[in-house]
Amino acid sequence: MTLMSSQRRRIAAGALLAAATMVVTTACGGGGESGGDKGKGGAAGFNAGVNKVANASDKKGGELKFIGSQDADFWDPQRGYYGFVWDFARYYTRQLVTFKAEPGAASTELVSDLATDTGKVSADGLTYTFTLKDGVTWEDGKPITSKDIKYGIERIWAQDVLSGGPIYLQQVLDPKNEYKGPYKDTSADKLGLKAIETPDDKTIVFKLPVANGDFLQMLAMPAASPVRQDKDTKAKYTLKPFSSGPYKWESYTPNKSLKLVRNDKWDAKSDTVRKALPDKISVTFTTNADDMDNRLVEGEYDLDINATGVGAAARQKVLQQHKGNVDNPQTGFIRYAVFPQTVIPNIECRKAIIYAADSKSLQTARGGPQAGGDIASNMLPPALKGADAKADPYGKLGGAPDLAKAKEALKKCGKPDGFKTTIAVRNNKKIEIATAESLQQSLKAVGIEAQIDQFDGAQTSGIIGSPKVVKDKGYGIIIMGWGADFPTGQGFLQPLVDGRFILQSGNNNFSELNDPAVNGLFDQALKETDPTKAGELYKQINTKVSEAAVYLPFTHEKNIIWRSSRLTNVYTADAYNGRYDYASLGVIK
Amino acid sequence: MTAPLHETSAGESTATADTAPDAPGTPENSGAPAKAIEGRSPWQIAWTRLKRDKLALAGAFVVVFLVLVALFAPLIVGLLGHPPDEFHEDQIDPLFGTPIGSWGGVSSDFLFGVEPVNGRDVFSRIVYGARISLLVAFLAAVFAVVLGTVLGIIAGYFGGWIDAVLSRVMDVMLAFPQLLFTIALVSVLPNELLGLDGSGVRIAALVVVIGFFGWPYVGRIVRGQTLSLRNREYVEAAQSLGAGRLYILRRELLPNLIAPITVYATLMIPTNILTEAALSFLGAGVKPPTASWGQMLSTAITTYEADPLFMVIPGLAIFITVLAFNLFGDGVRDALDPKGSR
Repeated sequence: MTLMSSQRRRIAAGALLAAATMVVTTACGGGGESGGDKGKGGAAGFNAGVNKVANASDKKGGELKFIGSQDADFWDPQRGYYGFVWDFARYYTRQLVTFKAEPGAASTELVSDLATDTGKVSADGLTYTFTLKDGVTWEDGKPITSKDIKYGIERIWAQDVLSGGPIYLQQVLDPKNEYKGPYKDTSADKLGLKAIETPDDKTIVFKLPVANGDFLQMLAMPAASPVRQDKDTKAKYTLKPFSSGPYKWESYTPNKSLKLVRNDKWDAKSDTVRKALPDKISVTFTTNADDMDNRLVEGEYDLDINATGVGAAARQKVLQQHKGNVDNPQTGFIRYAVFPQTVIPNIECRKAIIYAADSKSLQTARGGPQAGGDIASNMLPPALKGADAKADPYGKLGGAPDLAKAKEALKKCGKPDGFKTTIAVRNNKKIEIATAESLQQSLKAVGIEAQIDQFDGAQTSGIIGSPKVVKDKGYGIIIMGWGADFPTGQGFLQPLVDGRFILQSGNNNFSELNDPAVNGLFDQALKETDPTKAGELYKQINTKVSEAAVYLPFTHEKNIIWRSSRLTNVYTADAYNGRYDYASLGVIK
Repeated sequence: MTAPLHETSAGESTATADTAPDAPGTPENSGAPAKAIEGRSPWQIAWTRLKRDKLALAGAFVVVFLVLVALFAPLIVGLLGHPPDEFHEDQIDPLFGTPIGSWGGVSSDFLFGVEPVNGRDVFSRIVYGARISLLVAFLAAVFAVVLGTVLGIIAGYFGGWIDAVLSRVMDVMLAFPQLLFTIALVSVLPNELLGLDGSGVRIAALVVVIGFFGWPYVGRIVRGQTLSLRNREYVEAAQSLGAGRLYILRRELLPNLIAPITVYATLMIPTNILTEAALSFLGAGVKPPTASWGQMLSTAITTYEADPLFMVIPGLAIFITVLAFNLFGDGVRDALDPKGSR
């Protein structure tokens, strides 16, 4: 009987475990009050850091303590693609131009950083010339030259060694991919890229084969940061980048901690953007996001570097007891459902889905008006030029489904009793599964039977990113979210709706919309160097996308982010997806 | 057929460590129904013993209750609850996504409260969840028992290379990472298979996978028991009278194995319930919106601080069910095993 009784013990242990789980969690539920006061003193108020500066102060000193549940993909400026890395990178990198240190929408304006101005553009929009400021130096005191900038940008071409980062500059400067990257460069100075010229150490000239109105946006990315050739440790650069900004690396243990100290060679007079208030900056990484929220509330740390929002477990406590420490900015992300036209070719059938969806219920599933965001009715985030949050062709802003119109659309589609389809949703996102269930439920009311298929979230690019797989699996509805790499209509919309962006793998144009009118409008908008005029074109594109009925936007995403009472000079920046502008933060009042 | 006297084997049980030494009584039942007139059959004796075991009876009572709940789920929910998939967002605080009412929204309308975010009736989902849990656990146990008995008896009776091969296969199966395999399998399963769709495919997959990984446990016991039985006099007698192998397997050995198999099957069900809950918890169970206890537990994690009751209820459901089956299974084993320690 040994086997049997050991088996029994296992079962009993399992039952005990289930019981113990309940006891433990109940205990946690009761003990939510501890440490409440520490965080409260001097809190600046709810949304005090949204679109305005909370706790303005210019006092230097102290240690700014970040905590995070996710380490950077890469700290190497040319390789990092996580949004928070781009924000954080301003501590140790500088670019020719960068985002203005202003709250909210004003942050999306580009100002000069290493350059004396935002560049001289030739009339045809093909040549950009910059002159470097005096007194800009590396952490060892040597001046930053135009060649360092060129070398840094050239590193983007070395995708075989330095993968991971955005490749916009490569696509714009060298669309045919002729340059082989600095590590395979045969010229003596390794500066063989023809599209960038450095006539002297202070001047850098970019020559574009085709104009792109967002070129400055690309130069503001950390990927356009200078890297000095003698300090380039290639793949290891991510472990200790050589600083050109106000702070330099003291120590870094991946997934554990990161410490920055002041770079005494950085000259504040040469930098109009970075305040550099704290003496030290530390980042601690933990794997337990709920624990992280608790430690933030207890005042052990100042803010979450990832800024992905307070988790559902702590949300209620935070909003009820510490509302003054909370900001609720928009992230610039849209959460949406998209309908692949290969699976649901009939526009009326797609309209039926849009009309039948219960936007209010979808918003609740996303986390409600604060943690989820405002109901969205079109596919352009409000912070972008050309956006119109009121444009509501399918009447979604009211929140309720329009069953009469949905049934009418079903009739026109030739399926008055509804149809069957499949909702594809990532299995690692609980909120997205909840959204899928909400959509499934409201579609049932008009006879559309949707089956939920949870796919491996880590395989996104090979599953929903492959039009063939989407068609084979019959994914009529895909639930996704999207945020822009840079805050313009091109950065947000083009990968989603330009027919020339349809890829066989890693596709993001899931609906496979390929409308010559839309594509043509993009070409026009790209040539436009005036952001307002370009915005008008993006508005037209957005309208056409709505008319095609391939997207059902759920929410303009919002986050509930924690701001410790210590933090000074706190404000959210649209340019950084609603995160705080890290370069401005301080900790002494 | 011959009716072996059970006395012949009663005193000289050579049961190995992993066999259940409760076989001796059973042959009479199938072999000689006539004898039941004067004495009590082993099954009757077992029944008398079981009736005296209060804990086991309590377990049995709960098990019967759960089975009835599962069978009449639509009726019960129709009387006391709401449809399990129906959203009740008016019961939810839109800001936090948690139930408005205290204690997870428990009221006379929602007996166990409502689910956070969408406001589904927890009572209805628990009742319907019982269906999934019991269905998967029962079917998987049946699958494992059938496969385990057939292969175990073959291994034990024929011995030699057949035994060697089957025993190694069992060893490999026991060492197989069942959870990981299932998660991988479920993610590549098509949505429609053999006329089943949606949750049907998943339930079938769960039954097959849990049952398939459960058979070696049964197989080893049956094999050990068969090894000890195959050289008994009554088997030799049957052989010398010219009975075929299949006949011996079916009529001489199998009836003697019924008792250990019954015991094991009863004790296997709670393990299966836990496995199903674990798989659902990990997202490899039935598809939403079908209710399952493990899935409810996993959903409850995000809101356990604000709404602990939503985690307690499915946890209790699993706990009570597993405990009831265990108590009942223990009782059955004690009743069928005259030499048991109690």
